[in-house]
Amino acid sequence: MSDQPEMIRVEAVSKTFTLHNQGSVRLPVFRDVNFAVRAGEVLVLAGASGAGKSSLLRILYGNYLPTNGRIEIRHDGEMVDIASALPRTILEVRRRTLGFVSQFLRVIPRVSALDIVRDPLLARGVDPSEATERAGAMLARLNLPERLWSLAPATFSGGEQQRVNIARSFVDPSPVMLIDEPTASLDARNRDVVVELIAEARSRGSAIVGIFHDESVRDRVATRWLDITHFRAAADAA
Amino acid sequence: MNALVSPNTLKGALRPILSARSVSRFYGERIGCADVSFDLWPGEVLGIVGESGSGKSTLLRCLSGIDRPDAGEVLFEATPGADFLEIFDLPEQDRRHLMRTAWGIVHQNPRDGLRMDVSAGGNVGERLMDRGDRHYGRIREAATEWLTRVEIEAGRIDDRPRQFSGGMQQRLQIARVLVSNPRLVFMDEPTGGLDVSVQARLLDLLRVLVRDLGLAAIIVTHDLAVARLLTDRLMVMKDGRVVETGLTDQVLDDPQHAYTQLLTSAVLAV
Repeated sequence: MSDQPEMIRVEAVSKTFTLHNQGSVRLPVFRDVNFAVRAGEVLVLAGASGAGKSSLLRILYGNYLPTNGRIEIRHDGEMVDIASALPRTILEVRRRTLGFVSQFLRVIPRVSALDIVRDPLLARGVDPSEATERAGAMLARLNLPERLWSLAPATFSGGEQQRVNIARSFVDPSPVMLIDEPTASLDARNRDVVVELIAEARSRGSAIVGIFHDESVRDRVATRWLDITHFRAAADAA
Repeated sequence: MNALVSPNTLKGALRPILSARSVSRFYGERIGCADVSFDLWPGEVLGIVGESGSGKSTLLRCLSGIDRPDAGEVLFEATPGADFLEIFDLPEQDRRHLMRTAWGIVHQNPRDGLRMDVSAGGNVGERLMDRGDRHYGRIREAATEWLTRVEIEAGRIDDRPRQFSGGMQQRLQIARVLVSNPRLVFMDEPTGGLDVSVQARLLDLLRVLVRDLGLAAIIVTHDLAVARLLTDRLMVMKDGRVVETGLTDQVLDDPQHAYTQLLTSAVLAV
């Protein structure tokens, strides 16, 4: 594995929230986080609830700002520091390199399940008819009944929405994928599909960082672990 | 980083389409907007958010050539690769022409952007005539196509806007603005006066059009959900000044400035 290129490199990242309207209280989350993830690895973030796993994942995506440190993502063969990049650079890195799989689908009014899944393919310039075919195949694989494909997912169950979201994320796996609790409301059969999808993305060379509460899923996908409680302790002591 | 800039870097999309430099406007002693600077890049959608009175509409009026700023410059690249124009250095007539052809302005109230006594088709076609098109059949064809794109039945082409609902009027205004294929669109609270269900349809339409046309746009809104759906990047204004800027989801999910924290925490989750 060590001959694979580093896709993510996190250097000396700290995060402290400052709540200006609540007495400027400062909430340190973690301090001096360092790690790297190579292509083909699945790094599982471990640590108790509240240790900052989700915050770290959001920082890697550019959704939260780190208080200090660098987050380098390999994009077009060059390392881009997400912590200091311009918004349009981050959007370009997200469009082609960096994907985020959350447990919640942000439903857009009137957009059908199939179009939601097609969207990242179209954004990457895939031919529309091929995009439709691949999107349909992915929804079928996640056992979403075909009669739902043309509907907007606003009225879908939590599990159905989650599967649409997963289909969207895995229809064309990004070189770097950040995964937050993808199987939270799925049944065993669909959980198994997600485990397969992660394994396939990995074998295609994606570098993956994930949070998984489900132990069986976690043990099946992980190639490495990082317990972030370690960095939490440093923040508390500061 | 390499210090040398390659010729390719100077061409292409590596140059802003609009550049605001220290733009300020005052109403007597009162600050409208003060010292606002930013670059807007081709294809980028910038949201300006803040409460009423924060200066966001004043700023938009300066940026879109309606009101002359008291200080600062607004530079615009009218065609790809052309020299920057300082829009307020242009003769009035040239600026008006630019505003009708290279730019589009979508007003909050469709009555401000439409000619209410001219047919729907005429409202859309007029912009093509401004641009120099004279062929009646082609103009009517383009008008019909745009009405369909904004989900107005082609059969309503000869109706006057006053016979339309508020949501339809707003969609018609958008067709009138986009038909001339502008490089840059300004929108002031585009969903402002509309019912929530009508808003959703309009927002989805705008989202698709902005993406498909690769438009650069500046959208003023007080509605953070609108900002999240439509914009790439946000500028948060308070008392006429920019207090925070950044990637839209980052500013909304991890706001750094006290005022932005107040603004985002004041939103009721739905």
